[in-house]
Amino acid sequence: MLQIPRPIYEQMVTHAREGLPLEICGILGGKGEAVVEIRKMTNTDSSSQHFMMEPREQFAVVKDFRSRGLEILAVYHSHPATPARPSEEDIRLARTPNISYVIISLADSLLPDVRSFKIADGRVSPEELKIFV
Amino acid sequence: MVLTVNGKTTTLEDVEPVPIPALLERLNVADPLYVTVELNGEFVDRNAHEITSVADGDTVEFLYFMGGGER
Repeated sequence: MLQIPRPIYEQMVTHAREGLPLEICGILGGKGEAVVEIRKMTNTDSSSQHFMMEPREQFAVVKDFRSRGLEILAVYHSHPATPARPSEEDIRLARTPNISYVIISLADSLLPDVRSFKIADGRVSPEELKIFV
Repeated sequence: MVLTVNGKTTTLEDVEPVPIPALLERLNVADPLYVTVELNGEFVDRNAHEITSVADGDTVEFLYFMGGGER
């Protein structure tokens, strides 16, 4: 299970909406299952169908988190026009072990669909996502 | 040689500098083609991995590219 405080959840959805028509991406940091921090990242692809995080930003986040006893708990990205399920590309590039992959679908612009998955060795497992106050 | 890898002290039997691909192999890193590397705080371009070596005392960070897409 991945637990996200509502303010961070809303920042994530707002990030996705503001990024339209492009895909956006970011990192959720925390401890255990509980997210405590969101980092919006640069999508170097600047695409409506793909994302690739800027690696220098990734290194900076990893080192900052480590220095404060936090870990990367999840990577999030948006699907501007398709459902919140991992694409073949998402699965192929999901190489970081033991993290969650959160997808924000804006296919229904009025009702964003946010789902979390574990992806390992090409296998996708839906994961419970708890939004708490 | 003694390195700091992803924040942890790591000892290799090697004495001479080790190219990055060989380092990733020694560390048993899975899917090394999807790894990006920083050496002593400097980003190492993927095209330079083969010609860049680590030596005693170096600080190495590596992580996986994070990417994907709806199609």
